[in-house]
Amino acid sequence: MQIIFFLLAATALISGIMVVIQVNPVRSALFLVLNFFALAAIYLLANAQFIAAIQIIVYAGAIMVLFLFVIMLLNLRQPEEGGAHRHLGQKIFGSSLATAVIALVIYKVFRMIVPPGKPLTPDFGSTEMVAKSLFTDYLLPFEMTSILLLVAVVGAVILARSKVE
Amino acid sequence: MNLPLLIGVMVVKILVVFVVFLTTIAYVVLMERKVLGFIQFRYGPNRVGPWGLLQPLADALKLIFKEDFTPPGANRFLFVLAPVIVGLTAFLPLAVIPFADKILPDTLTIYGQKLDLTVASLNRGVIADVNIGLLYIFAVASMAVYGAVIGGWSSNNKYSLLGALRLSAQMISYELALGLSVIGVLMIAGTLSLVKIVEAQQHMWFIVYQPLGFILFLTAAFAECARTPFDLIECENELVAGYQTEYSSMKWGLLMMGEYGHVVIASALTTTLFLGGWQGPFLPPVVWFLLKTFILIFFFIWVRGTFPRFRFDQLMYFGWKVLLPLSLVNILLTGIIMLYMPR
Repeated sequence: MQIIFFLLAATALISGIMVVIQVNPVRSALFLVLNFFALAAIYLLANAQFIAAIQIIVYAGAIMVLFLFVIMLLNLRQPEEGGAHRHLGQKIFGSSLATAVIALVIYKVFRMIVPPGKPLTPDFGSTEMVAKSLFTDYLLPFEMTSILLLVAVVGAVILARSKVE
Repeated sequence: MNLPLLIGVMVVKILVVFVVFLTTIAYVVLMERKVLGFIQFRYGPNRVGPWGLLQPLADALKLIFKEDFTPPGANRFLFVLAPVIVGLTAFLPLAVIPFADKILPDTLTIYGQKLDLTVASLNRGVIADVNIGLLYIFAVASMAVYGAVIGGWSSNNKYSLLGALRLSAQMISYELALGLSVIGVLMIAGTLSLVKIVEAQQHMWFIVYQPLGFILFLTAAFAECARTPFDLIECENELVAGYQTEYSSMKWGLLMMGEYGHVVIASALTTTLFLGGWQGPFLPPVVWFLLKTFILIFFFIWVRGTFPRFRFDQLMYFGWKVLLPLSLVNILLTGIIMLYMPR
């Protein structure tokens, strides 16, 4: 079990890094799909079958297809030669900011004394358990998320509406 | 408990199912050509073997010996990966579809070793009884679009790219209706496991409780398989052959196998969800399952022979403004009826 977990974790990390360093946007997107698969497999190892299936259906099956669709529709070319020196200031600023954030996170994590959590029940990731906690303990955040999505849909419709009155 | 022998039994079972599936695909292609020939007052293939029965073999041989051409400017790795994804996603759903009740006795004695076949449901007529079976199928099926998208993009051809774009738009639109149309079945059966869904239909098929759901599911399945009223991705007069334009030899063969594999899987899944799966009187369960599946496959072919093709805006209109609201209405109606008519 542990060997499988570390293999999956390595796949997730490497594909995650590849997403960032690939120049070609289509390849970046495909590495992100691989990353999602590794995460779904880790969920499966943790006995959370429902979350694993939803991870694949929603992220890899729907969102990434739309991403690829947009990338192909815009037909992004690879950046021209000499791109290494462009946006030099942004690159320095961005990488130093990212380093700072990572340093902060590592500092906090090592400082924090993790309280021992409750042991998980074996069926915590099953469809029934997820549904039960969504519709009892977390009903309010769940419904608020749905309103948030509705607002986003209405906003998208208004933005996409043609100007003809 | 003898692990190697159990794994051996499992491998044999998977192989048998897989070989039957591949043979089915090969003969569904022949069946389609024959039935289309009948509809169009032609003979269809009748040269190879009696009644053209060996035609799939000849087709496969022809494909294997054809030149395997990769167009210049294509992304070689992705160009090869695309047919692999298409084929794989067509084969994977087979693992959770129950095709019979019990196919083996509970215990079996091989070489003097007593095997307990109830382990991992080895004696049941299903490869893996997963408790999220239906979600697994949706997850795998939603991956199929990657094969087409990657193939269309990596071919370095305008027609391929346009075909891939059309397909991804179509898949996204109809996946919603497909997913929502089975919620009614899930509400009645109360489980995601396909084995339990079939068992829940012991007294009555779900098509009786879910007539609207059945029609919606079948329509959305037609669109997901990109079959005739919805086959805009390979609309010959506009796009040559859609995303498959640049493919040749066995790579094209794998794309075709994927396409017909989707038809077979869609028919088998419709049988499982709405038509009682392997249940039926007198005949053995496997026969019932195959009979129902092949009737649905025939329906797929029949529609191809008799229906014209949608225009793309009609396709989008139909998916978003007809199928999606109707499937939501279906969920609402099912909920109301279940609430006020306790069984």
